[in-house]
Amino acid sequence: MTDRIAAMFARTRAEARPALIPFVPGGWPEIDATIEIARAAVEGGADALELGIPFSDPLADGVTNQQAYQQALALGVTLATVLDAVRAIRASGITIPLLLMGYSNTLFSYGLPRFVRDATEAGVDGLVIVDLPPEEAGELEALARAVGMHLIYLLAPTSTHNRIAAVAAHASGFIYCVSVTGVTGARTALSDDLPAFLGRVREQTSVPLAVGFGISQPEHVQAIGAVADAAIVGGAFVQVVGAASRDGRAEAVRAFVAAMRGLETTRAGG
Amino acid sequence: MTSTPHVALPDGRGHFGEFGGKYVPETLMPALAELEAAYHEALADGEFRTNLEHLLRTYAGRPTPITYAARLSAHLAAAQGGRGPKVYLKREDLAHTGAHKINAALAQALLAKRMGKPRIIAETGAGQHGVATATACALLGLECVVYMGAEDVRRQSLNVFRMKLLGAEVRSVDAGSRTLKDAINEAIRDWVTNIRTTYYLIGSVVGPHPYPEMVREFQSVIGREARAQMLDTEGRLPTVAVACVGGGSNAMGLFAPLLDDPVRLVGVEAAGEGLEARHAATLSKGRPGVLHGARSYLLQDEWGQVIEAHSISAGLDYPGVGPEHSWLKVTERAEYGSVTDTQALAGFQLLCETEGIIPALESSHAIAYLPEVVKGLGPDDIVLVNLSGRGDKDMGTVAVALGITL
Repeated sequence: MTDRIAAMFARTRAEARPALIPFVPGGWPEIDATIEIARAAVEGGADALELGIPFSDPLADGVTNQQAYQQALALGVTLATVLDAVRAIRASGITIPLLLMGYSNTLFSYGLPRFVRDATEAGVDGLVIVDLPPEEAGELEALARAVGMHLIYLLAPTSTHNRIAAVAAHASGFIYCVSVTGVTGARTALSDDLPAFLGRVREQTSVPLAVGFGISQPEHVQAIGAVADAAIVGGAFVQVVGAASRDGRAEAVRAFVAAMRGLETTRAGG
Repeated sequence: MTSTPHVALPDGRGHFGEFGGKYVPETLMPALAELEAAYHEALADGEFRTNLEHLLRTYAGRPTPITYAARLSAHLAAAQGGRGPKVYLKREDLAHTGAHKINAALAQALLAKRMGKPRIIAETGAGQHGVATATACALLGLECVVYMGAEDVRRQSLNVFRMKLLGAEVRSVDAGSRTLKDAINEAIRDWVTNIRTTYYLIGSVVGPHPYPEMVREFQSVIGREARAQMLDTEGRLPTVAVACVGGGSNAMGLFAPLLDDPVRLVGVEAAGEGLEARHAATLSKGRPGVLHGARSYLLQDEWGQVIEAHSISAGLDYPGVGPEHSWLKVTERAEYGSVTDTQALAGFQLLCETEGIIPALESSHAIAYLPEVVKGLGPDDIVLVNLSGRGDKDMGTVAVALGITL
């Protein structure tokens, strides 16, 4: 399949700006809401979209995502629902990269070969599995690589030199650099240590770097542009989606994404 | 029972066959490597071992005795025509703080101190591990934060008070099922956030490598003592060793030193309201999955969402189980049964009345399963039961279950 992630970075690098990747749990706030959110995010200027696979025990997530996941599970959202959302997004003609983010047990339970086959067919470009470091990812990495799907690994401010080298050796698509030593969720300021951390990663790899966890302001995205290739906006985006009424949601999403991109100065919902 | 020697596990990656491993966020990976190195250094350091043995002897009250349960043995034999085995109890209920949990808490607190980590976090279900951790921290002058599900805070209020008296901060967790699994999630979130200063003192043989191996090692003092005591007292090893299994630390502590011996190993899970209703019988009714950093048997729905467990015993109320137990199950080195809440209560009362020992509800599960264990055994056989804790903490729960107002 065409490498939509590589094409995205080629474009954003040519435009000398970081790619903007919003995150929202699939099938939330309503089970059929994802397609509307995706459309509005693309209108606002999202370069890719990351959909969370709800899980009962999201131990790397802060309160915002935990609550959204619990609500999604209460609605009956499953991995199959999230794959259906991906199909609906592709059917509507949206061509930006689509990533799935989640925890390994939902994939294991679905069956890895079946999952990779169904996700590829649905139109998924990459996977971010937060509790699956390269040491435990062998089978999924082989399956994904065989079909050209990117298994995206994470690095954290605690990652040592050797650890960065080990993860870089497995990197595909981009490396997800966790901006803080902590869980997901909006924060008011970026860590002072971020440039040094990204510098340590950059020394050892030419793979694009995305920064996530805690990014909530247009200034954060702008600052990340100086040191990385993409900004992933999770908790803050989830808050915007969760706070809007269903009628007002598309405009709230569009305006928030546009503001984070720096295309509009007024922040919706803020 | 098997005659094949048990291979020394886990392997270098922390796997017990297909189980175990390190399924954790990247932030934790360097900390696990640091912990693994520090743990092996400590084990190889004579001074660390001497300090630990000294504390276990002079502070925790080790060795704990084994007790021949004559009247319990006679009661069990009566049900099969007067023929039955001799039943012995390994008395972890007599350890300081009232359960085996103190063994691994003292050892890990010493390790944390050695690693220069001033802050300890822990999860607790029944509160026994929280009390043991708070105790070890008070003794060694470490800051202590204990995460406990809100439901468990309610049903184990006495232990909450004990932890506070010991200087710990108890944080009630309102997420999810408000029990042990949610307390672990919250403890891991704390650890991810404060990893540079904080040691996560896990209370069972669960979690990512090296915890299952490390907690097993620190609890193996139970089995090493019991093995020597059986040889001293009876001149031979038991026919069967029995222990309750929630996460499985008291069972692994008893089983590990017996793995290469011709001893039948039996773990007893909590069948709660019954195996077709709400229960915590992970090995009996679950299937392999990943929770809290390790691959093991897991109670989960068809989509891989973790199902809330249920047991009258807060210490067994957990939808996962230590990965080595999954390995012992699939290799058939150990066998696993289960008893319901009602059966556990009967076991609780039986031990009170026949031996004058009030057991913890967790340990009562092992007692309640004895009629199954002793089937076909005669007077030449010996059954060794790990009495993992005492029942003082359960008085409120038992009174309610028996319909008594205190």
